[in-house]
Amino acid sequence: MDPVIWFFLLGVIAGLFRSELRLPPAVYDLLSVLLLLTIGLKGGVELARQPLGGVLPQAAAVLAMGFVLPLFIFPVARYLGRFKRADAASLAAHYGSVSVATYAVATAYLGTRAIGFDPQLPVFLVMLEIPALIVGILFARGIEKGTRWGTLAHELFLGKSIVLLVGGLAIGWLAGPEGIVSLEPLFFDLFKGVLALFLLEMGLIAASQARSLREHGLFLVAFGMLMPVPLACVGALLGWSLGLSVGGTTLLATLAGSASYIAAPAAMRIAVPDANPTLSLTGSLGVTFPFNIFIGIPLYLSIAHWLHRAGS
Amino acid sequence: MQPNNRKLLTVVTESVLEQMLCDELIELGASGYTVVNARGHGNRMTREAGWSSDSNIRIEVICEANTADRIIKHLKERYYENYAMILYIADVAVLRPEKF
Repeated sequence: MDPVIWFFLLGVIAGLFRSELRLPPAVYDLLSVLLLLTIGLKGGVELARQPLGGVLPQAAAVLAMGFVLPLFIFPVARYLGRFKRADAASLAAHYGSVSVATYAVATAYLGTRAIGFDPQLPVFLVMLEIPALIVGILFARGIEKGTRWGTLAHELFLGKSIVLLVGGLAIGWLAGPEGIVSLEPLFFDLFKGVLALFLLEMGLIAASQARSLREHGLFLVAFGMLMPVPLACVGALLGWSLGLSVGGTTLLATLAGSASYIAAPAAMRIAVPDANPTLSLTGSLGVTFPFNIFIGIPLYLSIAHWLHRAGS
Repeated sequence: MQPNNRKLLTVVTESVLEQMLCDELIELGASGYTVVNARGHGNRMTREAGWSSDSNIRIEVICEANTADRIIKHLKERYYENYAMILYIADVAVLRPEKF
């Protein structure tokens, strides 16, 4: 197991035992800025080494998957879970969208196994963040007159993660492999350390969801652990059919199986105010995130290996 | 009303609303506002402010009584039902009434 994951466990344990430990919010913000920029820069540098033409149709396919995934999630939450409409829509948005932290852990996991992945994955990450949020909002309320689409569009497209990922991609692409050398110590060499600290805080936050987890009961736990697997299979199949490498297929599966806990909560709070915000957050952060980093990612790698062996 | 008497309106609410609320305050006639980060405990449970989805803000507005009424009415209609929001109002004396 990658040592960064132990930091998450440390955070969870410290949180459950009500330790005084907590990172200042500004530090957590800085860590997330560094992670997002690193992921963007890395992708941009790699993309600069190859022609962009082949990436566009792939990105379109991934974007389409972003709109399709929540269509599976909503009925499960609504009819199996018997959640009210707004809550089911919010769950569909959270689980259809992506988690950058899960992606970062997956890249670290592949890194320790010396498995490379395709450079366009950060582009896919950007593509997958927003569509599910739009579908979730439409599920919750249809196209209503009172919807503040201006505010919402601002929230969706100018949220921190989109700006930093796209900005990082652009800077990495423009600077190219040589230009980025002077930035490598901060962004690339420190990546694991930054991720470890970030996961420590994630553990503390996940532990704080424990109480609401007890309130929302078994279905949410089952949903949070079982929903990611079929979603990740869709991602793996798409990755394999797009001709991605084993590492790329694993990462696309991880993206499809991950649940958002930053962009989605903020957007849903504004767009679907009658959805219970702790429900989706507890599911994505308290259940699905730990599930994915401990069980999901190794599983998705096996699925990717299996697909590539079966297909060849 | 004394020429330098104004209302101090304080709103404690979810930080996700900050941008929207602040725009609306200006539209409703407030000449300015002050926002601080906050944390605490209430009937929507403890909000720890450990990170963005869980944090609160406290907005203070000093304005004329009729502006305060307009703002209160608007906030009640739009946010009371679904958001964590506490609203209270006090009389204050300001030193430079032309600013409010």
